[in-house]
Amino acid sequence: MEQQNLLEISDLAVEYQTDDAVVHAVNGINLVVRKGETLGVVGETGAGKTTIARSILRILPNPQARVRAGKILFDGLDLMRISEKEMRKIRGNKIAMIFQDPMTALNPIERVGDQIAETIGLHNKILRADAQRRAVDMLEMVGIPGERYDEYPHQFSGGMKQRVVIAMALACKPELLLADEPTTALDVTIQAQVLEMMQSLKKKLGASIILITHDLGVVANICDVVAVIYAGEIVEYGTAEDIFDRAAHPYTRGLFNSLPRLRSSERRLKPIGGLMPDPSNLPAGCKFGVRCPHAQSVCHAENPGVRETEAGHLVKCFYAGGEY
Amino acid sequence: MPALLEVKDLKKYFKTGRGMLHAVDGISFTLEQGQTLGVVGESGCGKSTLGRTILHLLDATGGRILFEGEDITSPSRAELHVLRRKMQIIFQDPFSSLNPRMSVSAAIMEPLLIHSGLSRDDMQAETRKLMDTVGLAERYANAYPHELDGGRRQRIGIARALALNPRFIVCDEPVSALDVSIQAQVLNLLLDLQEERKLTYIFVTHDLSVVKYISNEIMVMYLGQMVEKAPSDELFENALHPYTKALLSAIPEPDIHCQQERILIHGEITSPINPAPGCRFMARCPYASEACAEPQILEEYAPNHFVSCCKCGELNK
Repeated sequence: MEQQNLLEISDLAVEYQTDDAVVHAVNGINLVVRKGETLGVVGETGAGKTTIARSILRILPNPQARVRAGKILFDGLDLMRISEKEMRKIRGNKIAMIFQDPMTALNPIERVGDQIAETIGLHNKILRADAQRRAVDMLEMVGIPGERYDEYPHQFSGGMKQRVVIAMALACKPELLLADEPTTALDVTIQAQVLEMMQSLKKKLGASIILITHDLGVVANICDVVAVIYAGEIVEYGTAEDIFDRAAHPYTRGLFNSLPRLRSSERRLKPIGGLMPDPSNLPAGCKFGVRCPHAQSVCHAENPGVRETEAGHLVKCFYAGGEY
Repeated sequence: MPALLEVKDLKKYFKTGRGMLHAVDGISFTLEQGQTLGVVGESGCGKSTLGRTILHLLDATGGRILFEGEDITSPSRAELHVLRRKMQIIFQDPFSSLNPRMSVSAAIMEPLLIHSGLSRDDMQAETRKLMDTVGLAERYANAYPHELDGGRRQRIGIARALALNPRFIVCDEPVSALDVSIQAQVLNLLLDLQEERKLTYIFVTHDLSVVKYISNEIMVMYLGQMVEKAPSDELFENALHPYTKALLSAIPEPDIHCQQERILIHGEITSPINPAPGCRFMARCPYASEACAEPQILEEYAPNHFVSCCKCGELNK
């Protein structure tokens, strides 16, 4: 059965204007998120991951950021064209975001319960007492005793704060959840707890998730579909099986090779040489060309198109599917 | 020949408003030259404090530190000056550990200015050599840290640590702030340098998969204490302490087929302030019983495999 598309991003391009240069953060991205699906967006620092999430919610820094092109359809609604007033009804309600750093995502001088109740009150016409009751339910759903409603963020540990942030994001039962590095600031044992919780909540609430992360381990754990992003472009896109078993783009393969693994007797890592190009001065042709061990002259001259190496497995490389 | 480093019952407590914070509480180990000891644990377990106390960046509250057989627990100023040449540190954050107003070459030359007594020309030649060793192109000599990315900045930190040709380096989360592809470059560099210069490392990190690559032996810390220590492969194949097991199983593997069984431990790390005498992992441990409230003894369960858990024998039959 074909699942319905919840979110469709086409040809999204975003740039930042700085004092001395234009930073090309996102350069023509196409993404689809189906209902109930978890999409992992993987890439390194500066690849443009967070910019994509912020574009969807229209919370890009203003006036530095500019959406140069592209269309974002959410449930058939063009998010780029609706008014700010309409957008506010969607933001935090139908689309919610979990920010990376729970230490700064909460208001330090407001009780945690009230922060959740505020979100609920904003999007629902209900009595204050009812909003508070639902906030208590949300806290308990993420494993925090309801009695802690009246406490302040500083009384919570990092893992608990992230749970509060998740409770807040889920409070209005969003259809789409944007999770930007939700576990990066947490210790591994706490990360395991939070991932487990996100998994079970996803099943319970049926929300679609876009999980932004640099950690391929986290992706392997909970994502159905994966987009690997490099210098503002999706270089490889496919199901988790496509990416983890049959990675085709040299960058994706390089990423896997540079990962230290627990179950491997390898004594030496194989890093990708060089660095990500400066996004204000991107090279012609393939953006990964300068670091690619297989690059040919065509790679430095022309932008590789997207190739479908197998159904649904897209690779942005001249030599994908064949021999390098 | 004495071991390069011997630490006996090392303690570092901090006074706080609510009582004594036991950051490092009775750690003992020996480290032979050319070896790497990995120290792993979660935030607040005292792993960085341990490294810093050994280097005298912090003064020990109790215990002894022997370096090349000599007691260096409370060195005089002059002795410390000499020690600094032999023991160095690479800091976690290459963004805040460099002076933003010092150029790359000035930062690398600074230890030489203080310690080496070389002529200006020799120091400059030495600086160029160091830059070459850590893989920094000469064109960056006059650049400032803000012009460089994290990987290159961390290379400056490594060059500074190497400048005086030390015998021993504490690497305090040296790759945690770096992206994976850059992290692998820096890890390989550290391995090459160790081989070339017979360096001895203490490698402090929260990342178990990184520590596996670089260590001969691994110590797992929990709230200031050593809960398990074993040769690297042994620890990964045959972890015995319930905390180590949970820690290993919590790491998400970048592989969709071998999704391991998770041992979820509940709750969070308890307070290191005035801890009770028993096992500090007790409150989160699924196997805790009354015996765990007694002080735990570090026992050798297999050759060189030490565990501090009274239920270990029973649990790992």
